[in-house]
Order: sequence, then structure tokens, then C-alpha cells
Amino acid sequence: MPPGGPGRDHRRVNGLQLRLTRADFTRPAEGRVVAGVAAGLANAFGLDANVVRCGFVVLTVASGVGVLLYGIAWALMPAAAVDAPVAPRGNADVVATIAFGTVVLGVLLAVRALGLWPGDVIVWPLVAAMVGLALLAMRSAPAEGETPAALPPWPLLDRLPPDTADALAVLVGTRRGAIARVVAGALCVAAGVVAFVVTADSWHALRSAFIAMAAVLVGIALVIGPGLSRLAHALVAERRDRIRADERAEMAAHLHDSVLQTLALVQRRADDPREVVRLARMQERELRGWLLDPSAPAGEQAAAASVGVALEQIAAEIEDERGVPVEVVRVRDCPTAGMEPLLLAAREAILNAVQHSGAGRASVYLEVEPDRTTIFVRDRGHGFDTAHVSDDRGGITNSIVGRMTRAGGRAEVRSTIGEGTEVELVLPRPNGNGSS
Amino acid sequence: MSTPRVFLVDDHQLFLAGVRAELGEAVDVVGAASDVDAAIEMIREREPEVVLVDVHMPAGGGARVIGEVLRTHPDVQFLALSVSDAPEDVIATIRAGARGYVTKTIAPDDLVAAIESVRAGDAVFSPRLAGFVLDAFAGAAPPATDPELEQLTPREREVLRLIARGYAYKEVARDLGISVKTVETHVSSVLRKLQLSSRHQLARWATDRRLI
Repeated sequence: MPPGGPGRDHRRVNGLQLRLTRADFTRPAEGRVVAGVAAGLANAFGLDANVVRCGFVVLTVASGVGVLLYGIAWALMPAAAVDAPVAPRGNADVVATIAFGTVVLGVLLAVRALGLWPGDVIVWPLVAAMVGLALLAMRSAPAEGETPAALPPWPLLDRLPPDTADALAVLVGTRRGAIARVVAGALCVAAGVVAFVVTADSWHALRSAFIAMAAVLVGIALVIGPGLSRLAHALVAERRDRIRADERAEMAAHLHDSVLQTLALVQRRADDPREVVRLARMQERELRGWLLDPSAPAGEQAAAASVGVALEQIAAEIEDERGVPVEVVRVRDCPTAGMEPLLLAAREAILNAVQHSGAGRASVYLEVEPDRTTIFVRDRGHGFDTAHVSDDRGGITNSIVGRMTRAGGRAEVRSTIGEGTEVELVLPRPNGNGSS
Repeated sequence: MSTPRVFLVDDHQLFLAGVRAELGEAVDVVGAASDVDAAIEMIREREPEVVLVDVHMPAGGGARVIGEVLRTHPDVQFLALSVSDAPEDVIATIRAGARGYVTKTIAPDDLVAAIESVRAGDAVFSPRLAGFVLDAFAGAAPPATDPELEQLTPREREVLRLIARGYAYKEVARDLGISVKTVETHVSSVLRKLQLSSRHQLARWATDRRLI
């Protein structure tokens, strides 16, 4: 999913600085335990309220800071209106991670309650180290089938400028994100160890610190080692999946734009058989062309390289316009160069067959020989008397016969009343020396 | 003549149902199959006179059905029916033993007529097939043991050309001043050459329908 995917509306954000207002931090009317501070913070950050409550409890037990913070937050956070919307729950993954951390802290508290507490001076560095380890242990790449860079739907993220939000998305779900996490984790661990060393006042404690540091380093090695190889694999898999998804999306888009649209049209025009046939043939042609050569433009707008292709395009165009099937049979092919008059005359002949003959279909036959190119256009319509074609029927005299004669070829129209018409067009090939 | 006993082979159920409905009372549809192996087995069992077979199917396509059935039941006649325009597929099906090839857009009456022709042992050439054959037999004949098979006679070319132009056999006969029976003889002869010829072009010409 691209950064800024569904769920976040960038139009709400126009400044470049973080726009957090007090309105984001309100104490909800419902779901309070004490004064709603924890629930309010949970809403603002998209967390489970219990996680926040645990945090306060831990801070309180550890050093009393929790109560102080709770009081300050209470003072700062206004009570929310009764019907204020409750923000959606946070990403389950994040909640799980934090819950895990809470459980660990809970265990620490139990240890403290049992009288084994070594003192806050040691605990805080330890906590820092453990947070670091937790960061390191977080999944470094998304599992197969998961969207790589989805941000949790935190309301806060909506308040970020798009650039920052995008950067966050990148950090959370990508290789850079994984690296950032590793660095942050390592820094936490280091900070914990350093604090430990600095605050420890006895040689004994210092020695413990070294032991702890060694343990932490081993832990880091254990955590990072598999993570790195997993990261590499995940990147390859992600890349492959993305290519596959792109192909699939392209095909889906194509089918949607073409086949589904046509099917919808067919249903709407079900009472008009001629139109249904026209739509079906048009779609068939288009789909066939796309299947044979997906890189070709769908609209067949590309300039035809050969007479055969050009002729099929002409037939297709007329078929679409008039709704009468035009069948093209080709025997060999040649480049279009010098064949333009033939194609124009053929177009006119096909149009005549489709418009005036009354036949349900027209047949077109192209044969290319070394010295000439021949096109036959035939219909089984009502035909006409060729001896009595008035000169003002410009279609045949000018567009077909005249054009072919001027180009150095010939055109012949044979028609029998009641049986149909056939137009024969012959054009000598330039450089028609028989080379193939 | 009694109504022909016809068997349908197509992997599209929708199309099978459509053809069955279209043919209606004109033929006796003795069965239908939608995959190659079932088709071979059922055709051997029911021994229809004419099999309408789709060119494109998984597991060998129409060509395999034709080849397998003809090995044990040489009297069954096959008519290829396809949306495929790919010349190599059509030619392969004909060379496997089909008596003709028509596209699925054929009108029901024409299809019934084609079934009757095939049943009588005649060849059915649609304009498109005629075009393919003319194309395939273009150019000089290769050196061969039986030159008869490798080249179309001028008359055969004329007949094919008219068919490719959209003429019915009857119209071809009138245009050339010969009998319909003679036209059928020419077409059957072309079919035989198509099936027996060793022209290497037949196998690969389709892929390089050359510009001359």
C-alpha cells in the first residue's frame, strides 16, 4: 500500500508543522476508571486504554512519577463531549507488542514485591535495555501477504503533514524502518548500559554491569542475526510479490475497462440483437488483440505496418460503426507503403457492401502476390444493375474505380440483382520484381 | 437420410449448451464431453457419426481427441469448431484428421449443412481455412518423394481462392463452370494434401506469415 493509503485524508492537513491541539487530548465520558486520563490518551494514540493504565501503574510503583504525570494530564486534558466519537482501536500488532512489554514490567513489579528489588538505580537502565531489545525483536519485515507500509490508524497521524506521515510510513514498514528500529533498539540498550555503569557506585555493581552488557550483546547478536537474513529474504519476496501484484492489477484493470464494460453494455442493449452482436465482436477483437500482444495499444491506434493489419483495422472500424460483421481472410501480406489507394478503395467498397447491400455480413479477401496485391469485397445483398449506375453515385465511380485507375491499378464491380455484389481491386506492387 | 448422430466436445459448458440448443432437431446429439480424456472414452463407446470438436482444450486439445479416436474408430468424422484464429492450431487439427474447420460464429443452418457434408465424407472449408491453406501452400514445393502431395494444382488454387472470397460450393461451381461434385472432389483432394503433405512450412509457416 502506498503511504497515505486508505484511512488517512491528506486534505485535512495543510501546514508543515505538527498540528496537535488540546482537542486531541480529551477525557472521554465513557470508559473511565479514575478520571479518564488513560482512556483519553489511549484514544489519542490509538492504543488500548489498559496498556496506558498499566504504564501509569508501573511508573507509579517504580518511582511515584506515575501519579504526578496522571495529575498533570488530568489538569491539562478537558473532558470530552458526551457524544464525541471514539477513535478506532490501534493496530493489533502494536498493542500486542506493548502488552508484551507491560507483562515484562509486571513481572519486574512482582519481583520487587517479593523483596528482590535491586533498586531503581539498576531497574531504569534495565528497562531501557529491555525496551531496546523489544525494539530489536520486533518483526523486521512484513510477513508474506501483508501490506508492507500500512500505518496504524492512529488519529495523531492524520494531524501530521503528508510528507512527515509518508516518511513515517516508510520508516514503519520498510527496510529503512527496520534499520531505524535496530538502531533505536541498540541505542536504548547502550543507554541502559551506560546509565547502569554511570550510576553504579560500587565495583560489584560495575561488574554486574559488564555481565549485563555481555548478556545484552549476546542477546542482540541472537536477535539481529536471523533478522538480517530474514530481512534479505523478505525484500526479495516483497519485490517479487509487488511485480506479480502489478501484473495482476494491470490485467484486472484491463478486463474491467474492456470486458466488464462491454458486458454491462450488452445487458443494457439486450433488446437490440444487432447492437449486441456489434458489441460482442468489438470486444472479441479487442481482447484477442490484447491477448496476442499485450503491449499493443488497446484502441488499435498504432499505425498499421502491413496491408493485412490495416485492412483488418478498416473492417473492424466499419463493423463497429455499422454493426455488420466484416470477415477478413488474408493470404500473405505486404508493407503498406504505396498501397494507400488500394486500402482507401477497399474501405469504400466495404462501406458500400455494409450500407447499401442489405446483407447481414461482408467478406473481404486479401491476397498478396509478388507482383500485385488483390482485394475482393463481397456481399450477398440484393445487388444492383452495374449498367445503370448513374454517374452521381460517386462512391463507386470516384472513390473506387477512379482512385484505383489513377494509382495504376484497376477496379471491377460485379453485381447480380438478388445475389449480391463483388468488388475486385488490383494494384501492382511497387518494385514488384517477385522477390519475397 | 436420417438425422446425423453428433457428439460435442468443448471445454466451455456454456458453449456446449448453446450449440445443443441451436442444432435442435436437425441432428441427434448423442453426447457431450468437456475434457479430452472423457471425450475419447465416450466417443469410442457411443460411436457417433460426426464429432464437433473444439480446437483449444487442456491436455492435448482437439487434435489429441481426433488422433486417439481415429486410431480405433476410423469411421468417425470430425469437424473442428473454434474461436481460435491461430493458423497453426487450425492446421494441426486438420492434420490430425478433422474433415473441416468452421468458426464458432457460423450460423446454425450453415453448421447443420457442414455436419451433413462431413458425415458424407466431404471436406468443409470455411473462408478462413481456405485462406490458411493457400498461405501454407504458397511458395516453391520442397524436394519430396511425392511431389503430387506438395503442391496444389492451379484448379485447386482457384477453388480455394473462391472459397476464401466467401463463395459457397454451389457458387464456386457456377463461377468455374464445373459441377458441385467436382468442387467437392477438389476440396477433398486439398484436404488430403494438407493431411499428408510433408511440407515443412505447414508446421511453422503460421508463425512467420511472411511479408513479400
